[in-house]
Amino acid sequence: MSAIPSRTAWRDPAWNGRVTMAVIFLALLLPVGYFAEFNPLVLFEASSLRAAKQFLSTFIPPAHSAEFLKLAAEATWKTVAIATVGIFFALMIAIPLSLAANQSLSISMIGVNRMCFFCHSLRYAIRWLLIGLRSIPELVWALLFVRAVGLGDTAGVMAIALTYGGMLGKVFMEIFESAEAEPTRALLRNGAGRLQAFFYGALPACLPELVSYTVYRWECAIRASVIMGFVGAGGLGQQMELSMRMLAGGEVFTFLAIFVLLVWIADLISKALRRTLD
Amino acid sequence: MSALLTHLSVQLGAGREARLAIDDISLAFARGEQVAVIGPSGAGKTTLLHTMAIALKPQSGQLQIDGVDPWQLDDAARHRQRARIFLAPQSPPLPPRQRVVNAVLAGRLPQMSTWQALRSLAYPLDAPAAQRALEKFKLEDKLTLRCDRLSGGERQRVGLARMLLSAAPLILLDEPVSSLDPVLGAAALQVVQEEAAARGATMVVSLHDVNLARSRFSRLIGIRAGRVEFDVAAESLRDEQLAALYGAELPLAASNFALPESADEAPRLTRCF
Repeated sequence: MSAIPSRTAWRDPAWNGRVTMAVIFLALLLPVGYFAEFNPLVLFEASSLRAAKQFLSTFIPPAHSAEFLKLAAEATWKTVAIATVGIFFALMIAIPLSLAANQSLSISMIGVNRMCFFCHSLRYAIRWLLIGLRSIPELVWALLFVRAVGLGDTAGVMAIALTYGGMLGKVFMEIFESAEAEPTRALLRNGAGRLQAFFYGALPACLPELVSYTVYRWECAIRASVIMGFVGAGGLGQQMELSMRMLAGGEVFTFLAIFVLLVWIADLISKALRRTLD
Repeated sequence: MSALLTHLSVQLGAGREARLAIDDISLAFARGEQVAVIGPSGAGKTTLLHTMAIALKPQSGQLQIDGVDPWQLDDAARHRQRARIFLAPQSPPLPPRQRVVNAVLAGRLPQMSTWQALRSLAYPLDAPAAQRALEKFKLEDKLTLRCDRLSGGERQRVGLARMLLSAAPLILLDEPVSSLDPVLGAAALQVVQEEAAARGATMVVSLHDVNLARSRFSRLIGIRAGRVEFDVAAESLRDEQLAALYGAELPLAASNFALPESADEAPRLTRCF
């Protein structure tokens, strides 16, 4: 082993790369900000302030008649149901795809560090499938499905299943790849099957992350199903759009309060699940 | 299981970083034999064991397990061969958050169907077997603990307990007692040796503790820079051979290797702890 000669003579080989990346990042960021025409001052112009104040003043008091609350509760239940069923089907898409694309579960790679052509192409194809699924926003899927299956919850569920299947699949794949591969590899080397190696090697390490990301996505799905409600995919969004159209600020305020409540509940669930798993 | 290595070379890394970690090694291991592999750090002990476990493909030469070259088989048949070999890597491959009972029962995975494996995660299929294995390593109170709550020495013994659950007729252990104190290490080694003998399994163990290797194994293989330096019966191993094995890399080797005349008197304490 040659010793490090002196403080000045030694250069960190990673330094040049780091500087280059920082310069590239800044060089990209500045024009992006310019093209986005981001100007916060427009918020404080007199006309914007007046319009906002007018609408916001109708928020108080929030709508709270028994009849309206019952309607809101039904819509909330529907939204939660759309999001939950949507996430369930998204998992049905994401889990098998991310497992199939998981490199550390490759048996043909053991010892040769090279994947067979077919396996490689399959993994590549899955990557592209996931990109395709998630690159189309759920709102666009919802519009497509509203055309195809008509107004209602089915369109929302399918939109969430497809987009979120793509997102969950991608992130699951990354979680599997970032987990320590050695336990899985050791099981494979000792002759275990791929799924066995996954369940006994990778899953114990990944589970909390998988669960908390899925719960976070469930939270996003609730928000998304609200947005999709605006285009007729059922639930809270549909009701809220009606209220907004009638400029019923009190009702809008109640719906907003329900959103906050739902997100808070999702947060609690995520925390509780993480605690039990850890 | 017998294993035969003929003019075997194994390359690690690729491109400019490629180097031969095993350089033209020929060795034969008979059925039921127990052999210790010793040598300085980086000599190729781990690579040798991984190659024998069909976990590394040799660059040239041939590996034969029970007379069959696994690299001539197709992927599925080769993987069935792996189920008959147990390799315990130096750092125990235990995932965090996994309970000890599942980590130990994982030794049986090759004999289990995927469905059984899943059922065993829901409710351990044979917890008593895991408990018996743990008891042999003085870990009887750890069954339902999580692996990341164990100390380094406990993790290493859990890794060995997994070996007791496997049915493999070829057992390869990479530094199995490196994080154990001398007394516990010798006891653990005895447990795996008795298990291998009872099973009639061939066992190859890499050790950094020369005295432990001398006292517990009848055949010693010394490896240096990817080559076999000696392959001798323990009682005929001379101190000069040992000094040459570790020598050039340790300037103070002479004082470190004042080894006793016979293996019986060998103290269990050595420099490596």
